[in-house]
Amino acid sequence: MTVASGFADEVQPFRLGMLINDKRYRSYTLQIITIFLFMLAFAWLVNNVVENFARAGRDFSFSYLFQPAAYDINQTLIEYTSRSTHLRAAVVGILNTLLIAFLGCILATVLGVVIGVLRLSKNWLVSRLMTVYIEGFRNVPVLLWILLASTALAASLPSPRQAPVLLGGAFVPTNRGFYVPSPVWGDGSVFLGIVFVASIIGALVFGRWAHARQAATGEILPTFWIKLAIIILPALLLYFILGRPVTLEYPELKGFNFQGGLFVRNSFMALWLALSLYTAAFIAENVRSGIQAISNGQTEAAYSLGLQPSRTMNLVILPQALRIIIPPLISQYLNLTKNSSLAIAVGYMDITGTLGGITLNQTGKEMECLLLVMAFYLIVSLLISLVMNIYNNAMALKER
Amino acid sequence: MSDTHSHTSNNIAYVADQSLPELPAPINTRGPIAWVRQNLFSTWRDSILTIVFGYLIVVAVMKLAPWLLFNATWDANSLRECREINTGACFAVVNRRLNQLLFGFYPSHLYWRPILTFFLMFVAFAPMLHDNLPRKLLWFTAAFPLLAYWLIWGGPVWSIVLVVAALVWGYFVFRFVSSLANQTAAIFAGIAAVLLWFLIAHDDAVQLFVSVFGSVGLEPVESAKLGGFLLTFVVGVTGIVGSLPLGILLALGRQSDMPVVKMICVGFIEFIRGVPLITLLFVASVLLNYFLPPGTTFDIILRVLIMVTLFASAYMAEVIRGGLAALPRGQYEAADALGMNYSLSTRFIILPQALKISIPGIVNTFIGLFKDTTLVSIIGLLDPIGIMQPIRSDQNWNGIIWELPIFAGLVFFVFCFTMSRYSMYFERKLDTGHRN
Repeated sequence: MTVASGFADEVQPFRLGMLINDKRYRSYTLQIITIFLFMLAFAWLVNNVVENFARAGRDFSFSYLFQPAAYDINQTLIEYTSRSTHLRAAVVGILNTLLIAFLGCILATVLGVVIGVLRLSKNWLVSRLMTVYIEGFRNVPVLLWILLASTALAASLPSPRQAPVLLGGAFVPTNRGFYVPSPVWGDGSVFLGIVFVASIIGALVFGRWAHARQAATGEILPTFWIKLAIIILPALLLYFILGRPVTLEYPELKGFNFQGGLFVRNSFMALWLALSLYTAAFIAENVRSGIQAISNGQTEAAYSLGLQPSRTMNLVILPQALRIIIPPLISQYLNLTKNSSLAIAVGYMDITGTLGGITLNQTGKEMECLLLVMAFYLIVSLLISLVMNIYNNAMALKER
Repeated sequence: MSDTHSHTSNNIAYVADQSLPELPAPINTRGPIAWVRQNLFSTWRDSILTIVFGYLIVVAVMKLAPWLLFNATWDANSLRECREINTGACFAVVNRRLNQLLFGFYPSHLYWRPILTFFLMFVAFAPMLHDNLPRKLLWFTAAFPLLAYWLIWGGPVWSIVLVVAALVWGYFVFRFVSSLANQTAAIFAGIAAVLLWFLIAHDDAVQLFVSVFGSVGLEPVESAKLGGFLLTFVVGVTGIVGSLPLGILLALGRQSDMPVVKMICVGFIEFIRGVPLITLLFVASVLLNYFLPPGTTFDIILRVLIMVTLFASAYMAEVIRGGLAALPRGQYEAADALGMNYSLSTRFIILPQALKISIPGIVNTFIGLFKDTTLVSIIGLLDPIGIMQPIRSDQNWNGIIWELPIFAGLVFFVFCFTMSRYSMYFERKLDTGHRN
């Protein structure tokens, strides 16, 4: 194009080729084609499903959820009998999944942080041992760990009749599971609960006040012990004033088995231990790399201010390292939650075992069951990533 | 200067006029004793840790070593014989059933095929994992999936030849269309041509070739015979190789300016990453046939391979997206400044660098996938974990507990650990210190 041709005819007449060759239109063309292809593929899949369903004489409906489930679940957090509906069985499964995920995350975090910090220990033996732990657990499939844990519990513990009764009857390990005392809530335990929660809040408030005071005056209070006293003492006093409203029911050997108390099944213990130990190895690596990512100058600066190693860790290194550690930590929680679906391998009845297992096999509603199971996991992981995004936005370095 | 020196020291109080007494030699800072003191007993807390952990290690070794090593039996015909010979572990089961643990029920006279494939796999992966090999080797890498498929499943050689022919045909269609119109359209046309070939003509053409030229080829092996670590590798490697192109497309789509494309890619990635693999495998085992035209049936291994590929591609997309995001902005801008369009800059500037950065992540994804393949045992495939059941139900080995999972775990450990070390080494090698 020469200058002489002028600027007058800048607006070219529209040609069909411009849909592809002109940058202004190309993106629209491609997107419309994409939508078209996507809808075509979707329609094809749906059409196949409809046709296949028609051939098999099946219908797509969720009404089976309201029919009696007719199977038993060995661990239920809410009331459930074999006459309950499939929907209730699914809810029991969901609660079991959430229980194992929650407890697993707690144990995995505790173990992971301890191991990750010990991995950086100056003690050669300790750091090597932790390396062996991390590499050993990370490099073997979690399913194998779950199966091994389940075998270990079943094979190495005695049968109920020969089981040792430890801690004065408070803890009985058997090859079927663990018996622990269960609390019996008597009259007035509600007050106890309220007071307990109130004193936790009180301890938090006190912590804030002590912090502010320290910032203002420089005086340091032994906050840990005072907080502990605030949390425990009022509840303890009330416990005796109300005449011990909460009692423990101990398991007792009757016939071939223990009665009473709380029975924690081996399937639960195996899954819990295996998932926690496995995930702890990953968390430990996250913790280690998070701590190592903090530059050495921070430690040196803290030392030169006269801080002791433990305070340097707590006040200088960890707060900064947490920013790096927490995002991968949350994605490990997500992994643990998803891995908890392997419960099916040891017979722990989580959502995959109830809705995606027995209900699916009994009713033959594969499509509906799997859709619901996937939807559940999807919701959980979207919620977890939502939390992660909120955290990331809150913690991101405010650069100016 | 000479002033200061002229003052001698005898009348200045703070200048020493005699040497101090000798100090004792410092405590060793080298040698084994010093090492022990520095690394094991430097403080009292350290000493306690060392003693506690040392005690635990000694107890564990004392308890396990006799069973695991000294009293173990390596050769016997049944568990009963093992118990008669010695009190320890009965690794004879691993010894006797090694073939099944490695190959499943693959015909034993054909073992050379998976073994050959296994070694060819290293040749195929070499040019990706090592950067000073001849580039020509990449052609072998590209041909490897077909070759591996043919070696493992067997069948007439014509089916492979015709697949290659179909790819060549697709390439010519691509060339022809790109001479007429735009390149994007040409790519679509090429893919469509290949798909058309497979949908319409492929099976008949293979039949024709077999009837005309005779069935030259390898003895076919059914999918159901695949098992053991062979299955682990087939699923893992197919998943990773198949997911690479898909993952690249998804990652590019996720970075795209086009909202529709971006939405579809994000939706797919987040869906797959949000559900556990086991539910996807359930889909493969009970649902996938509903999504296909009535009458189509795939065998279960093929369905699993499809699902695992889709699964891995979502994770791969995230890894590659990380690589794309790690590229300095200037690379994109420089490509734009040279007047390169999207496809040119992606092919020659962005992807080569982004993929190179992503290699450690890809290896890590592979390790994860390799471990996750064990889940196929839950839907009844005979991978190393799935095959334990048939072995245990043999009355000779009934009652064997620990030996099989220990063996499987060790093999997994060796492979995964080696790969993770390699990926760390590669990461260090790639880290040339370029920071934007």
